[in-house]
Amino acid sequence: MGIIKYIGKRLLTLIPVLLGISIIAFLLGTSAPGDPVEAILNPDGTQIVSPEEYEIVKERLGLNDPVPVQYLKWLKNALTGEFGQSFFTNKDIREQMAYRLPYTIRLALFGMALTIVFGVGFGMLMAIFKDTWIDHALRAVTTLMLSVPGFWIAIIMILIFVEQLKWLPTSGLGSWKSYIMPGITVCVSTIGVCARLTRTSVLDELGRQYVTVASAKGLNARLVTIRHALPNALIPITTFLGNYFAGVLGGSTIAEVIFNIPGIGNYAISAVQSRDYYVVQAYVLFTALVYVVVTLAIDLLYLVINPKIRAGEQVE
Amino acid sequence: MKRKKKIKLGTWAAGVLLAAILLMSLLAPVLAPYDPYQLDMRNALAAPDSVHLLGTDAIGRDLLSRVMYGGRQSLLLAAAATSLSMALGCVIGIVAGYFGGKADLVITAVSNIFQGLPGMTMMIAIAGLMGPGVSSMLLALVITSWVSFSRLVRGEVMKIKQEYFVEGLKGLGAGDLRIMAVHIAPNLMGSILIIFATRIASSVISVASLSFLGLGLQPPTPDWGVMINDARAHFRQAPMLAIAPGVMIVLLSLSVNVLADALRDKLDVRMDSVKED
Repeated sequence: MGIIKYIGKRLLTLIPVLLGISIIAFLLGTSAPGDPVEAILNPDGTQIVSPEEYEIVKERLGLNDPVPVQYLKWLKNALTGEFGQSFFTNKDIREQMAYRLPYTIRLALFGMALTIVFGVGFGMLMAIFKDTWIDHALRAVTTLMLSVPGFWIAIIMILIFVEQLKWLPTSGLGSWKSYIMPGITVCVSTIGVCARLTRTSVLDELGRQYVTVASAKGLNARLVTIRHALPNALIPITTFLGNYFAGVLGGSTIAEVIFNIPGIGNYAISAVQSRDYYVVQAYVLFTALVYVVVTLAIDLLYLVINPKIRAGEQVE
Repeated sequence: MKRKKKIKLGTWAAGVLLAAILLMSLLAPVLAPYDPYQLDMRNALAAPDSVHLLGTDAIGRDLLSRVMYGGRQSLLLAAAATSLSMALGCVIGIVAGYFGGKADLVITAVSNIFQGLPGMTMMIAIAGLMGPGVSSMLLALVITSWVSFSRLVRGEVMKIKQEYFVEGLKGLGAGDLRIMAVHIAPNLMGSILIIFATRIASSVISVASLSFLGLGLQPPTPDWGVMINDARAHFRQAPMLAIAPGVMIVLLSLSVNVLADALRDKLDVRMDSVKED
């Protein structure tokens, strides 16, 4: 009973969030300066547009309706996955997103794999060897990682691995090798954050009573860390990784631009540069939706692993 | 004992480094050997030598001078945006935490909406659609960072509110506004300062990223992000063009992060309520 009530409550709180996000996504497009009708009829600023023509296109785009009506129509279409066509390329936005999404997802998954291996790994090492030179050295490294802008790392990697050592291709997506540099670009700072988070949450767990009991019973300290403390410490880490994965879908833009990956970030950038509002609206709505759904999924996942929530206790 | 000293050393170094970067940016007009906008086509892409210590860029501007000027705009922008977010987040968070009830419900709902919007996506969309410029970047930064302040403040206020001294003050007849401003706000300074510092560091990186994408500060502004973007066409011949401004961004953000860490250790603040990103 508790579980169903919890899920129900959680789903209910989602509705205002999703509505709010959709309003913001919609307003981003409509309140931006520039005239979409002008943009369609007169893309290079050289044509003369007759008032009749202007009115026809304006009517076709539904821009004569009051803004709330426009929003509702847009939302109704968006709910069925219909985002319309790009002003400029006339290509169907949904098809474009579907074509581009796999590239971005592959990049995000690769970045996530690196984050799990190195982020959680470094964090564990720091916790196990707390206050030794290993901890200090890794702490310095992870602080450095979270201070480095991704785009700069990308350029430095190109300098070293492409120009000097000639190990890796710069662009093109011929093999898995082409995902190495973009993958590192999207996850450098995240590895830093994840490692530090892992360190604190493992140390937190190690300070708890059940660990003391296990140690008192004579269990080896490292074994306690790995077998008992880590699974519990994984809870905040999972939240972080989930948020990160959702964030990368929107945050991989820089890596996609530098390494010429035709993902959704690249799509958004070209849309933003040409003020292609429909595409930007779809992009914002989509990435936010993924973010919200992933967060929800993780929350529900906790139902399975966290007895506190199962018991109906409020957990932040 | 020895360990403590070591940490102090790092903190000191970070403090000195940050002071040096701020001083350099402040005094750039005095310190820079050349005008950062001065073209010299005959000297384009010159290698570092005694005349141009770091060499010149693709149109012969002195790299060292541009690096010295390069933090001014983004630092100001990051500081302004973070201060605005802090002010907004504190007011909203205190109201939500102190009054609770309906005010809290509405504010939490709105915070959830803003938290659901991925930071970089929003920044690109806002800065891109409104057109590149200082005001659109300010808006983008504030929209994506006020929630981290308001969440923290709300949580802390709820905790402090239940302490006896607040109860006592109420008994003595102190008004809500007075309790919030005089008694609750100062208790939050430490944690707010930590978020403030880390936010400034991440805002500098965000501004640089937007400028790098062409959506932030625009050329010919001498700015680290813009300079790295400019360098993309030429960094094979002149790697220093990309390395120097990037090193500055890293040093700035590193020193701020180290100082924030030291502050966190000192105050022993639990930052659970803060979403790291």
